[in-house]
Amino acid sequence: MKLYWELFSVFFRMGAVTFGGGYAMLPILQREVVDNRGWCTNEELADYYAIGQCTPGIIAVNTATFIGFKLKGLAGALLATYGVVAPSFIIIGIIAALLQNFADYAVVQNAFAGIRVVVAVLIFNAVVKLLKSSVVDKLTACVFLAVGLLAFFLDVSPVLFVLIAGALGVAAKVLWKGAGEK
Amino acid sequence: MIFLQLFWEFFKTGLFAVGGGLATLPFLYEMGERTGWFTAHQVADMLAVSESTPGPIGINMAVYTGYTSAGIPGSLCALVGIVTPSIIVIVIIAAFLRAFRDNKYVNGAFYGIRPASTGLIAAAGVTVAIGALLRTDAWQGWSRFWTVLDWRAILLAAVVYAVSRKWKKLHPAFLILIGAVAGALFRFAGA
Repeated sequence: MKLYWELFSVFFRMGAVTFGGGYAMLPILQREVVDNRGWCTNEELADYYAIGQCTPGIIAVNTATFIGFKLKGLAGALLATYGVVAPSFIIIGIIAALLQNFADYAVVQNAFAGIRVVVAVLIFNAVVKLLKSSVVDKLTACVFLAVGLLAFFLDVSPVLFVLIAGALGVAAKVLWKGAGEK
Repeated sequence: MIFLQLFWEFFKTGLFAVGGGLATLPFLYEMGERTGWFTAHQVADMLAVSESTPGPIGINMAVYTGYTSAGIPGSLCALVGIVTPSIIVIVIIAAFLRAFRDNKYVNGAFYGIRPASTGLIAAAGVTVAIGALLRTDAWQGWSRFWTVLDWRAILLAAVVYAVSRKWKKLHPAFLILIGAVAGALFRFAGA
């Protein structure tokens, strides 16, 4: 019972401080879920993000569903998912009811410009951490560089990158190395 | 029946918008045009609100639309509608992964996918960094390239980075708070 409540409350808190979308949530996930609680590893987190990018829905929500399901099955998935969206429900509800032009306030615009700077730093830190678990040899280093550059300069669906990289991984690990090796 | 309709419209958005919050935008524009629940201008406003509050745009738009068209019960229906498809899809994939955890094809695929995923996140991070640290509208050619650098933002980024390296146990939310206070005090958006 305690774990159910913890799943909801951890993801609720995460939803309340995640400014700037799913990527900004990554450093908080690494801290709360990987470092502090050991609910999953950094590698699993990278897997969840990859899957989240090529399945329907929002990455932050998908990752919550994954971790909840891993820990406590369907009930855990529901608790973590509704935990992460509950703060939006409360905050947007209040804004819709009270503040008509919330985003037009000067203080809101200025504060957000400051938040964006911090989010850029947080994503940088998160990527450095992920590199340690995802780039393990020359081939994975090439994949990282190629996808990073192509994704930045081209407007291509992430699904395509994930599919090609997955096929490349299977080819490298299973086909090229021979049938006997695992 | 407005409640069912809210659920169904946002269920479809949740089902077909692949690849994160911004992918929901085209679906939202289309939905607004067809149902008259909100205008394109309101979607743009909501994008701004979503950027200045926690939470993904798709979720925020669902809650906002549900509330303005049918109050709190309406916003609940729209919220459940938009998250249900991804819960179903992810639970199926998670169950599949649990069953095939030791499969060499699955492991091989993720060996390749992991660095690709990191690359996608890095590319998104560069886009965020450009928006946060540069003033691209101040560009005057390569001979005066420094005019695009937003020195105050770069200084804030350096300070926040140093703090995050020095005190690794610090919660990211605290750093976000520093950013919000510094941005508001020093009028980062010039507003």
